[in-house]
Amino acid sequence: MGKRTPLYEEHLALGGRMVDFGGWDMPVQYPAGILAEHEAVRQRAGLFDVSHMGEIDLHGERVLEFADELVTNDCQKLAENQVLYSPMCYEHGGVVDDLLVYRLEPGHVLLVVNASNTDKDVAWVMEQRQRLYPDVQAEDISAKTAEMALQGPKAQEILQSLTSFDLNKIAFFWVQPDIEIAGRKALWVSRTGYTGEDGFEIYVRPEDAVHVWREILRAGEPYGILPCGLGARDSLRFEACLPLYGQELDQDHTPLQSGLKYWVRLEKDHFIGLGPLKEEQESGGPKRRLVGFKLAERGIARHGYPITSPSGEEIGVVTSGMLSPTLGEAIGLGFVPAEYAQVGTRIAVSVRGRAIPAEVIKRPFYRRSGK
Amino acid sequence: MKTPSELRYTEDHEWLRPEGKSGRVGITDFAQDQLGDVVFVELPEVGRAVKQGEAFGVVESVKSVSDVFAPITGKVVAVNQALVDTPELVNQDPYGQGWIVEIEIADDGEVQALLDAQAYGALQEGGH
Repeated sequence: MGKRTPLYEEHLALGGRMVDFGGWDMPVQYPAGILAEHEAVRQRAGLFDVSHMGEIDLHGERVLEFADELVTNDCQKLAENQVLYSPMCYEHGGVVDDLLVYRLEPGHVLLVVNASNTDKDVAWVMEQRQRLYPDVQAEDISAKTAEMALQGPKAQEILQSLTSFDLNKIAFFWVQPDIEIAGRKALWVSRTGYTGEDGFEIYVRPEDAVHVWREILRAGEPYGILPCGLGARDSLRFEACLPLYGQELDQDHTPLQSGLKYWVRLEKDHFIGLGPLKEEQESGGPKRRLVGFKLAERGIARHGYPITSPSGEEIGVVTSGMLSPTLGEAIGLGFVPAEYAQVGTRIAVSVRGRAIPAEVIKRPFYRRSGK
Repeated sequence: MKTPSELRYTEDHEWLRPEGKSGRVGITDFAQDQLGDVVFVELPEVGRAVKQGEAFGVVESVKSVSDVFAPITGKVVAVNQALVDTPELVNQDPYGQGWIVEIEIADDGEVQALLDAQAYGALQEGGH
């Protein structure tokens, strides 16, 4: 039996199909199915239990400097209650994890990390704290925090009906602590997500999770909200080309190779991994790069399938791929040598021994309108 | 889950509908439910000879890829072309419009040895 979130019983009651995900029993889908859940988020709203995510609380005077040392993006310019996305690297430039950094009140930073990496990340952060910033307090508060993601064009209307706080005041990648949602005090509400849509991530105490979850589903019913599982979470993030650790990101690839240059601030004086990343960038850029591609014939390029040159020479590997529910096209992400990374380059994907022609296309595959 | 009594089944969740010298083959209601939304079906060539237990096709859902195994030995005499554009028929009507191939029966003994609806139903209840 895996670990359970405070919403486990809710998932069972809603008919969720439970699977193991990084040691957690999580719903991969509910009876509506992945395609219906995906569509609900693109058109209306969906609610995800993401309580399995890890939260690391940092306290201390030099907390911002410490966070800035841990991650590649620039934490120093964050205002109070602002959030940023960043890779976190090893000394050699490979990726420990990708995460959200919340700058809260003075002396307080929250790191939100991937569920399957939480133990590794906590150990890494503790080790760096001990080594570089022993005056900063670090605590794994994952077990004290439930989290749900309300995503989709109707997310704000639905959440607004449950709070007197004006949600227009929470801009994209900003957070508001201590606002009341459905009569319970939420720890933090941020306008963030992993779907490519507008939406909120709502952090509550575990004992409040069931109530808030039910109230959001109830308030969302007239809008056609659906509870959504990990299947739709994956297909939604894939279309938006948001990387998934273990697929587009890992310790063997730098964030530059994974296409995250915008979130790597090489002009910073120092952060863990800066040297190798700077060197990679200054010596002509990454030799291997993550690209998006589209298959020219029927088939689905799955994680792990070989990418070849048009003549059949193996040149890379698919990291994620599916038949895009929104676009109806067989698309994928994968690593290839830099000379194959230009949009329009012809490659092929070996699908069960059959070479399917493909073309490198622009990322992201999906971008919501009005952005 | 539906398990029509006139069909024969495999432990791998395929069904066979014997009709004269051949039989249509598909995946069961239980299998389509477990897979979730089917988005792609890879069909074999008509005329291909398959052996019992051989993977002859592939059913892909949003999340997974599953082989489809031949319930009997024989020649593929027809494939369901409708699945090329509407793979969701496998979900919507697994025992009808969602059929995958038709196989010419080479050995009637193989057909008799397949699971009947009761045995297949018991298999599902036993925890698939």
